[in-house]
Order: sequence, then C-alpha cells, then structure tokens
Amino acid sequence: MVGILIVSHSKKAAEGIYELAVQMAGEDHRVLAVGGMEDGSIGTDAIRIKEGIEKTNDGDGVVLLADLGSGILSSQMAIDLLEEDIAVEIADAPILEGAVSAAVQAAIGGTLKEVLEAAELAKQISKLE
Amino acid sequence: MSAKIYQCMEKIGNDIIENKEFLTDLDREIGDADHGVNMARGFTEVLAQLPQDEEDMGKVLKKVGMTLLSKVGGASGPLYGTAYMKAAGAVAGKTSITLLDGKEMLAAVIGGVKMRGKAQRGEKTMLDALEPAFDALTKAMEEGKSTEECLEAMCQAAEEGVEFTKTIRATKGRASYLGERSIGHQDPGATSSLITLRAIQAFYLNNLK
Repeated sequence: MVGILIVSHSKKAAEGIYELAVQMAGEDHRVLAVGGMEDGSIGTDAIRIKEGIEKTNDGDGVVLLADLGSGILSSQMAIDLLEEDIAVEIADAPILEGAVSAAVQAAIGGTLKEVLEAAELAKQISKLE
Repeated sequence: MSAKIYQCMEKIGNDIIENKEFLTDLDREIGDADHGVNMARGFTEVLAQLPQDEEDMGKVLKKVGMTLLSKVGGASGPLYGTAYMKAAGAVAGKTSITLLDGKEMLAAVIGGVKMRGKAQRGEKTMLDALEPAFDALTKAMEEGKSTEECLEAMCQAAEEGVEFTKTIRATKGRASYLGERSIGHQDPGATSSLITLRAIQAFYLNNLK
C-alpha cells in the first residue's frame, strides 16, 4: 500500500490532519505524521522526515504532503538524504484536503501515481460550488 | 589541522549565536522573526556535537550540515544544511586546505543553495551575499593578491551584497508575501552568510596568518 506522510511545522497540526485522514482511510492504512521539531517547537526537520518516509514505505512508495515554506524544502532535502531507493512524490496540494483524499485512494489500493493525483485533485475542488 | 576546523566552526557558531537578536530583528521586518532564533538553536547544537578530534574536514562539515538540518527548523535548516554538506563534499578526506580549496567550497555552497532554494542572485537571499563574494574572491586570486587581501575582497563584496538586498524586493520565501514592502530591508539570510564569511576571515587572521 502507498504510504502517506504528513509534514507540518506544527506537531498539533500534523496530528490533527493525521486524525482526519485516518478516519477516512479506515484501520488498514500507512499514514504517518511528522510535525514540528524533536523538542516540540515549531519547525521542520529533514532527518525526521527522512525517517518517516522510510517507516511508512512498504515498497509501494510514498506520497508526501507538506505545509508552508520550509516544509517543502526540508522534504526535498529528506528525499535527497534517502539511502534506500524509495519512490517518493511531494504532492502539490493543500495539506489537509490532500492528505484525506490521498489516504482514501491509498486505502482502496491506488498506485503511487493514482494516490498523487488524488492528493493534487484536492487543490481544484471548490468548497462552495 | 583538526583542531583548527573545530576552532573555525566554533568561531562561526559563536558569531551566529551572538547575532541572534540582530538576525531575528531583521527577520521580523520582512519574515517570520525566527531566523536568529533558529540559527542560534542550530549552532548551539553544532557546538555541542562538533567532533573535536576528527581530522577529516569533510566529515566535520558534514556533521555540521546534518545537525543544522535537524535543529534549525526553518528554511535556513535545509539551506544551510545543504551549504555545509556541499562544502564538506568539496574537501572530503582533506585535513588541511588552501585558498583554492576554499574557493571551490564556496562554489559548491552556491551551487547547493541554488539547487535547494531554486533561487538566483537578485532575489533577496543568501545568494546576494555569496555570489558577489565568490566573484570577488576569484578576481583577487587571479590578480595574485595575498590570502589576506583575497579574504577581505570576498567579505567586502558580501557586505555590498547585503547592502544591495535593501534595494530589491523578495521573490523567494516568506518575505515574498510582502512584495514591494520588502524593499528597504536587508535580507536576514544574506546577513547570516556575511557573518559566516567574516568569521572565517577573522579566524584566518587570528590563527593561520
């Protein structure tokens, strides 16, 4: 199953998004959240993101959703640091809606490409129409 | 030499930590007011974890890069982390370096920051200090200047680069949200790059000259 990694500057935000994504995905999922710094402060940590990618990957690859600014930079750095050959895609998507949509697609057995597309589709969905 | 790379990193770390408030104040004007705090947190950990007896400069600098990656927290984590890891790659296995090695390290750093930040000179970033510094260093070396003169030319150009960042608008990072309003303020990342280069120069003058 495709892994989903949620990366936020805030531990609480990451955990909250995780909670919503997992509720939709059901019990059998490979969703993981990495939020904030090791000491709980606000920030992103490329080393912990790298470990998160390794943990959530079961061989089918990982779709990563990140929040603002350094969330993306640290995630790209984490991918460069990988020693194993793991297929990772950073979704160009809003983190919460993208994570929920990706988690559902992964849970029904979507491929890496399909899960990525599901995440990125979340960007185009209007909430008012 | 092993003690010296350790001491040089100590000088850089202490200077960054000393400028914590200054860098944070600069970042408050155009960013999220965390650059000084983040850099100081990163370098405090660098100083705590720095291997004092490691001879290989590449290994020391790689360790610095990895520590910054996991402790800085903001965009400067991956940017400075990449910078130190690229510098490490340029001197892997070396226990002492020449000015030419230094120039190659700076070239590697600039390449790494451009790649990681997808930025170019003129976008109000670290590169506006680092690229002019590299050009001035290269020119001074070609003119056969002394190491002391070369380092001064490098730092002078970085300083002018920091001044230049006051005149341009940011198109990268948090400051880009401010658009025109970012003009008039100097870039915190360019400033911490200048502090780093000045620390290396001071280390040379006090210890190696």
